[in-house]
Amino acid sequence: MSSNELQGYKKTLNSPYTGIKGWIDSRLPLIRMMEAEYLKFPVPKSLNYFWSFGGIAMFCLIGLILTGIFLGFHYKPSADDAFDSVERIMRDVSFGWLIRYLHANLVSFFFIATFIHIFRALYFGSYKAPRELVYIFGLTMFMLMMATAFLGYTLPWGQMSYWGATVITNLFSAIPVVGDAILTLLLGDFTVGDSAVNRFYVLHWLLAFAIVGLVVFHVITLHMTGSNNPTGTEPQSWDETVSFHPYVTIKDLNATIFFFIILAFILFYYPNILGHSDNYIKANPMVTPAHIVPEWYFLPFYAILRAIPDKLGGVIAMFSSILALGLLPWLDTSKVRSCLFRPIWRYCVLLFAVNFLVLMYVGGKPAEGLYVLISRIGTAYWFLFIFVLAPLVGFLETPRQPLTITNYLQSKKA
Amino acid sequence: MSNSKKPRRDFIKLSAMTLGGVGAASLLIPFISSMNPGKDTLALASTEIDLSPLEEGQSLTVIWRGKPVFIKHRTKSEIESARNISLEDLPDAEEDSARVQKDNWLVVLGVCTHLGCVPLGQKASDTKGDYGGWFCPCHGSHYDTSGRIRKGPAPTNLPVPPYVFLTDNRIKIG
Repeated sequence: MSSNELQGYKKTLNSPYTGIKGWIDSRLPLIRMMEAEYLKFPVPKSLNYFWSFGGIAMFCLIGLILTGIFLGFHYKPSADDAFDSVERIMRDVSFGWLIRYLHANLVSFFFIATFIHIFRALYFGSYKAPRELVYIFGLTMFMLMMATAFLGYTLPWGQMSYWGATVITNLFSAIPVVGDAILTLLLGDFTVGDSAVNRFYVLHWLLAFAIVGLVVFHVITLHMTGSNNPTGTEPQSWDETVSFHPYVTIKDLNATIFFFIILAFILFYYPNILGHSDNYIKANPMVTPAHIVPEWYFLPFYAILRAIPDKLGGVIAMFSSILALGLLPWLDTSKVRSCLFRPIWRYCVLLFAVNFLVLMYVGGKPAEGLYVLISRIGTAYWFLFIFVLAPLVGFLETPRQPLTITNYLQSKKA
Repeated sequence: MSNSKKPRRDFIKLSAMTLGGVGAASLLIPFISSMNPGKDTLALASTEIDLSPLEEGQSLTVIWRGKPVFIKHRTKSEIESARNISLEDLPDAEEDSARVQKDNWLVVLGVCTHLGCVPLGQKASDTKGDYGGWFCPCHGSHYDTSGRIRKGPAPTNLPVPPYVFLTDNRIKIG
């Protein structure tokens, strides 16, 4: 590199700002990055409210971490103390009830936002090239979320905590030959107990921050390609975009406030409606509750687990149900992204969403009779959707010509 | 650099990386090993029980390694029902005689082999499942009077823990 080239290269690194702002920005280029990525960042102007759920999920995550820190000041991770320390938070700690109920209900709303966010990705084809990595990071976060939520649910050390932890950690014992040794290694004991609750607490924190780290990757990959939009077509000019601020910030804030009003209603009037009353009974390793039910957001996957009449097979089906979703960008053969222009695939995706809710319903019912049959049909459709319909429908259907963003907005006005 | 030196450089790189890799992997051993049960946990690994208060037909649940152990003083008919079946009917074929040391005493881990719940059937008022032994309420596994899986998702029989009869009425588990 000649000295002129080197000077030119260095010049591009110079801050566009002056004064204190310029002094900081030329040493730590965060200010110009925030301006480029969050103020001026061009976003398709056809986004609908489905696009607000990523931001909503992020606010849930921030809320969970903040409330988690304050719960952590009082919580004691041991088999003897855990339950009592949570009860102390509920009864004796100033506003402890509020912070704990917020933490517990925020998780549920985090999952609601995430489920809608994933549905959005499926329906409008956001998972397709060039956004495959955005989608993969998203699914990875979703799996970490489930792990974190599971670990967090064990911490109050109630009956559901204890037996949920026992059932889920026993999934590892399905691994042939070394399963039991791995289980003992993971628990640090022969059963879920003092040692387990201690490390679950540490891992609950660790994974929460791992999710924060993945959010960064999720956003970086998103900002390389820009947002998808309902048409699935890329913006052709500046005219078809708006700047992130104030248009998206205000819209997302609006959606977030509305979403949190619903949360507030549940929080203040029905704070326990999404939980299970048995978790207010202290863990008893000698007595299993009559019906062990996981948290509502695990029910679809629990239904898949129980649909397979074989222990190892059930575990494999449950884990692969999410992993398989990660293959969708490569299994979907259609050139068209958005379901608005895909007459057959649209119904496949809608049925997938309905099927998800049906699995959620049967997952909360005892594993007998008709419920087992429904869960098997639901599980079959889950995999059929990914491995058969995604490649096949791309060939079979004749998609409509996707509208440009401008034409789409005009057609909506008309 | 002459060509003859290239493979030499490659060799040095490869062996350095291999050695470094082996070193890093060895460093994992103490960390992973630290996750296993500690000596204090292992020290609690045996339990002694007096069987004399148990009448025929009664059961007792004791704790061993933090897990429930079912001790059942079996009646004649329970022993017979465990023996009068064909091994081919069993998902996890095992003779009843191979699962007990004395015919009237059955000692099994009270942990369902499916996903680790405690099966019902220890109390007189409990449901005992279709085969008169135990019934797991979590996912519907039925065990017989020998603790063998007969119906449901559990893959194997309730395991028999290691135990010895110290006297006629006293056993030591573990």
